[in-house]
Amino acid sequence: MKFVKHLAGAALALGLATSAMAQDKTKVGFIYVGPVGDGGWTYEHDKGRQAIEEAFGDAVETVYQESVPEGADAERAITQMALQGADLIFTTSFGYMDPTVNVAAKFPDVKFEHATGYKTADNVSTYSARFYEGRAIQGHIAGKMTKTNTIGYIASFPIPEVIRGINSAYIHAKKVNPDVQFKIIWAFTWFDPAKEADAATALIEQGADVILQHTDSTAPQAAAEKAGGVITFGQASDMSEYAPLPRVSSIIDDWGPYYVARTKAVMDGNWSTVQTWDGIGAGMVGIGEITDAVPADVKAEALAMKDAIASGEYHPFSGPLKKQDGSDWLAEGETADDGTLLGMDFYVEGLDGEIPN
Amino acid sequence: MVRLEKRPQPSKLWTYLTPLVAVICTMVAGGALFSLLGKNPVEAIATIFWEPLFGEFAFYYRPQLLIKGAPLVLIAIGLSLGFRAGIWNIGAEGQFIIGALTGAGVGLAFYPAEGWYIFPLMMIAGAFGGWVWAMIPAILRTRFGTNEILVSLMLVYVAEQLLAKMALGLLRNPDGHGFPGSRNFQQYPSGHNAELITGTGMHWGVVAALIAVIFAYVLLNRHILGYHIRLAGQAPRAARFAGVSPTRLVLFCLGTSGALAGLAGMFEVSGPAGQVSIDFNVGYGFTAIIVAFLGRLHPVGILLAGLLMALTYIGGEIAQSNLGLPAAAIQMFQGMLLFFLLAIDVLTNFRVRLSRREVV
Repeated sequence: MKFVKHLAGAALALGLATSAMAQDKTKVGFIYVGPVGDGGWTYEHDKGRQAIEEAFGDAVETVYQESVPEGADAERAITQMALQGADLIFTTSFGYMDPTVNVAAKFPDVKFEHATGYKTADNVSTYSARFYEGRAIQGHIAGKMTKTNTIGYIASFPIPEVIRGINSAYIHAKKVNPDVQFKIIWAFTWFDPAKEADAATALIEQGADVILQHTDSTAPQAAAEKAGGVITFGQASDMSEYAPLPRVSSIIDDWGPYYVARTKAVMDGNWSTVQTWDGIGAGMVGIGEITDAVPADVKAEALAMKDAIASGEYHPFSGPLKKQDGSDWLAEGETADDGTLLGMDFYVEGLDGEIPN
Repeated sequence: MVRLEKRPQPSKLWTYLTPLVAVICTMVAGGALFSLLGKNPVEAIATIFWEPLFGEFAFYYRPQLLIKGAPLVLIAIGLSLGFRAGIWNIGAEGQFIIGALTGAGVGLAFYPAEGWYIFPLMMIAGAFGGWVWAMIPAILRTRFGTNEILVSLMLVYVAEQLLAKMALGLLRNPDGHGFPGSRNFQQYPSGHNAELITGTGMHWGVVAALIAVIFAYVLLNRHILGYHIRLAGQAPRAARFAGVSPTRLVLFCLGTSGALAGLAGMFEVSGPAGQVSIDFNVGYGFTAIIVAFLGRLHPVGILLAGLLMALTYIGGEIAQSNLGLPAAAIQMFQGMLLFFLLAIDVLTNFRVRLSRREVV
């Protein structure tokens, strides 16, 4: 208990110190799972951090630690930021969930925001983006563009978020191209350029002429460029250095507005626990420019779908839909509820293979 | 010109001096690197070495040194036995993973039962798992003469795949909403490797590491087996004449290092890490190789080297978030340590002679 008292004492002292200085500096910390130069997931979170600095200038100080392993080291990294007087800490990967909750219990005066998890507390919020909305648009373009009717998909880990993306892309590719087939490789990594490049090459050799990826590096883009005649989509970040070909569009995570809003809430003293799950409508998911490599009519359809999703007029998971085993999931006119989507552990009808477990 | 001359005997002085000189060279070269990155080198080095020990929040960082150092020491002690005898177990990372899986598996099998016997059983299972994984290269070498360096290293990647499989399948938390990762041992008292005295960082893994240091010291200095290990490394032919069985030695060295690595994995998964997750292993098994050599393959040296390595990790993290140093710079800093150690190690066996080119 002595230790907790120590921590509490330090937190209290810091709390006093920071509230004394509250007028001039709010300290915001970030824990990143990859390097800030990964060109994907962490890169976009770091852009969000820079957005905070831009919005508040000298009123904030931001700190970050990159490439933090998920586990015991994460708990230390988060504790360290709290000790150093951070008022608000964003932990930007799923694996930081338990460490975030543990540290939050020791620092009741510090606010925590955990990305893509499901555990909350009085001082822990969660936030994530509805990437599957972007996947629907990708699936549509992919279905229209493929000539071999084979679409390769580099998946990371078999968790609901990734499975949702596969289902959403498949449903919309199938809708415009009934002959389409998905080949899925599980890379079991979020960021490993060598592995991702191998996966992309293997998929291309199996006849895929569209590569979708749920991993963060640009290695699959480079592999597709080398192979030629293959199109790709930027993941997490625009990856526009590979436009107009192979990259024909992208899903962009735009965390900036959310980070700025939450920092403002801490500054104004009205921060409260929320579970945010925003999509295209709120601007958390962006669709990168669709290049001229895509025929004009396909591009127009894709943009129309984007608008329909943004306005709430269209839900990417709209019935009738069946599960892979042929059982009914959604009836005509029904849309998926968030609970099912958040825990999604099944493929929709038509996808081959099994989800590894 | 500068010439290297082989010493008749390895220099006692340089044996002890090498690690110190290596640390100093690392500080100088690291400081140069940091200043090239536009940071104040003195401040950066001070942050890495001073802050965790005597800084404002040392009360938190000092226990963390034990948490980070214990698995390194435990694994390195095992590795050092083999390294002394010329038996190269490079796959401690894999044995660490398997030990964590078997240890956690036994613990989770008992969940939610409570009992004093659960944790000891987990310890036995963890050590056994690591031992079995190390026996694969050991038996392949003794039976078929395969190279244990390659086999043990390759088995690390097999172990990583098994880890992913277990985190997603058999050991996955049934209450985890389909997300990967096992139950958290921090919420399961009988299986939790908790701090023995709150706030000290002292957990069973630290105790085990200290016991391993003492045992290794006694073994190497007072026991015939330790003598055989040293003999096999220094004079393989003499060892054979003295009746040392290479097969037994390989089985013993790989088995012991595997068991200790497995034990370290089990302590890590049930304590600081808390759960089996896909990214559970963070390279302790590989870093321990550096620790073993930095400690001159001597038990007490390894203890000190493990703590030093832990210091660079924790200090490095502080430097990252306080000074904005990139993670890669910290890794380079740690890499320099091994580089300088090996480079300066030349002086143990060779002496530098300044001489004029002699006419042939």
